[in-house]
Amino acid sequence: MRSSSRNMLLIAPGLGWLALFMVIPCVLIFMLSFFERGMYGGVDYNFNLENFVRAMDPIYLGILLDSIYIAGTATIVAILLAYPAAYAISLSPRKKQTTYLFFIMLPFWSNYLIRTYAWIVLLNREGLINNGLESIGVISEPLNLLYNEFAVITGLVYNYLPFVVLAIYSSISKLNPEVREASEDLGAPAWKTFLRVTLPLTAPGVAAGAVFVFVLSIGNFITPDLLGGGRLQMVGNLIYDQFLSARDWPFGATLSFILIGIMMMLLFAQAVIVNRGQIEKHEAKEEDVSSMNFSRQSLNEKEKSYA
Amino acid sequence: MKLLKSLGATALMLSASFSAQTTWADKLVISNWDGYMPADMVERFKKETGIDAEVALHATNEEIMGKVVASKGKGYDVLFVSSPFVEVLNKLDLIAKLDHKLIPNTKNLYSQANELNYDKGNKVSMPYAWGTTGLCYRADLMDEPTSWNDLLKPNDALKGKVTMLSTDRWLMAAGFLSLGYSVNSTNPSEIAEAKQVLKSAKKSILAYDDATFYAKLVSGEATMTHAWDGWCNYGTAENPNIKYVIPKEGTDMYVDSMVITKNSKMKKEAHAFINYVLSKEIGVWIVNNVMYKTPNEAAMSSIDPAMMKAYPNLAMSPDEILKQEQLRDLGKTQKAYTKAVTEILASN
Repeated sequence: MRSSSRNMLLIAPGLGWLALFMVIPCVLIFMLSFFERGMYGGVDYNFNLENFVRAMDPIYLGILLDSIYIAGTATIVAILLAYPAAYAISLSPRKKQTTYLFFIMLPFWSNYLIRTYAWIVLLNREGLINNGLESIGVISEPLNLLYNEFAVITGLVYNYLPFVVLAIYSSISKLNPEVREASEDLGAPAWKTFLRVTLPLTAPGVAAGAVFVFVLSIGNFITPDLLGGGRLQMVGNLIYDQFLSARDWPFGATLSFILIGIMMMLLFAQAVIVNRGQIEKHEAKEEDVSSMNFSRQSLNEKEKSYA
Repeated sequence: MKLLKSLGATALMLSASFSAQTTWADKLVISNWDGYMPADMVERFKKETGIDAEVALHATNEEIMGKVVASKGKGYDVLFVSSPFVEVLNKLDLIAKLDHKLIPNTKNLYSQANELNYDKGNKVSMPYAWGTTGLCYRADLMDEPTSWNDLLKPNDALKGKVTMLSTDRWLMAAGFLSLGYSVNSTNPSEIAEAKQVLKSAKKSILAYDDATFYAKLVSGEATMTHAWDGWCNYGTAENPNIKYVIPKEGTDMYVDSMVITKNSKMKKEAHAFINYVLSKEIGVWIVNNVMYKTPNEAAMSSIDPAMMKAYPNLAMSPDEILKQEQLRDLGKTQKAYTKAVTEILASN
């Protein structure tokens, strides 16, 4: 009894914080989405579903699909870059690991906007990369590296890569080395060990990193605006414009609410994957004799469920 | 239903109270665009009048509108907004009637500045700066543009070398003007036509840029930009080959004005601030610092001729400016503009 009331006391501040600054605003956004923009940009409180009908317009669906495509590409690129890095860091000596992680985090010491502007300096037609390539004679005409999808994806990957490295690193470094050794002892070549043991067991880290990049990318509006030159419209820009340019808060709220719904589903999917990984690890520890069998089995199951 | 309504209202109030500046009762709160007022203006004002003031910043008209509409103007005393928003704030009854006796410096204004159609007689607003939207270009890299179509249908040499404003009213204005329509058009077929023109124009532009276009001209990334005259001067300051022109079809004119919130508890001090801004010395100092034209005749006539020569658009006469159409609030049609702009920006 005493310990449970102490637990409540410990949980209360965090829970209260979330309720106050996360749940209540979300509920309010939900409410707002049922009203209508006033004549002069305020809110007319007449309950209706018009905003949801408006949101079904193909133009918004198109923007959503574009955003999913851009955020999805950024996620895949980020994981392909982050996994080998995280793997290499986790295999290096302890002391060096701290140094490497420090360097991974270093970009966060400067402002997001400044880092994004730095990319403009690098990528524009008169920028460092184009000038450099021209001066060594690789190209004769500057390349269009900026104000397109390529630039937006580059910017998103660059900005969120550290999170993915950290998420994957933490899950690789928690992996019991004996599991890998067992696989090798049983005669599996290194690539097979990686594909069938390491990778599946670190899937929760990959999932966490992936959700992180995806969720942050799909809601991002600064990068498409600056590196995309406003020529790409993502959901984040759309919502931003409804609130700040059209002063149509109710419609902005509707779009936000739909986006929040999508994010929730993703987070839920990620939680399921993480949970599964933890159960596997837990059980693997308990039955260490049959651990290899078990992970093989669960691997097969997983392969089936992925297919 | 009632619960929903009050919850919705709470949402607005909450967001407003987070954004509004909580302030001491004896401090005047002024909201202006960043960099639109000399940095030490408030200090000078305090030195001269003894009135303490602080500056809150807003990035766009829409941002300050959102805050003020939600908080009913509480927490702010003086706002700097563009003319269509003066109209809206007035219709929403959020701004106060001005007491001209407390602003003797109105005598410094051009007579035309008293005839602005969104607020004839300056009953609720005082003009701070005015100007036009047009084309800002590199005179060393191209011939002088003459038409909006030079921007919307650029020749091959200019393809991928032009930028446009993406703020809905100005983006749409470029389309309307190229077709000979009003910048305040509410006709659905005209809106659709302008949208089509702007969609095809998108294929030849480098980027949409409302904030750094002059830097793109300086670096040579862009050769011509859709620009506000005052901002074009920032480019001219770095490269005298950067020039400004109003296309032959005409353009819109903007007036950025000062208003006092109805809920201000320091109306007398707020009037004193507006009066201070309208003095001749401060007017000169504003023009020299932010390089925008002011409707302050006393100030404009004392600007150094060398400055006018270096930045020719500063010399534009009030009649030339007022010849252009003024942007008006669109009311219900705003939704159609927003949708059109979304379609343009999302098109391939």
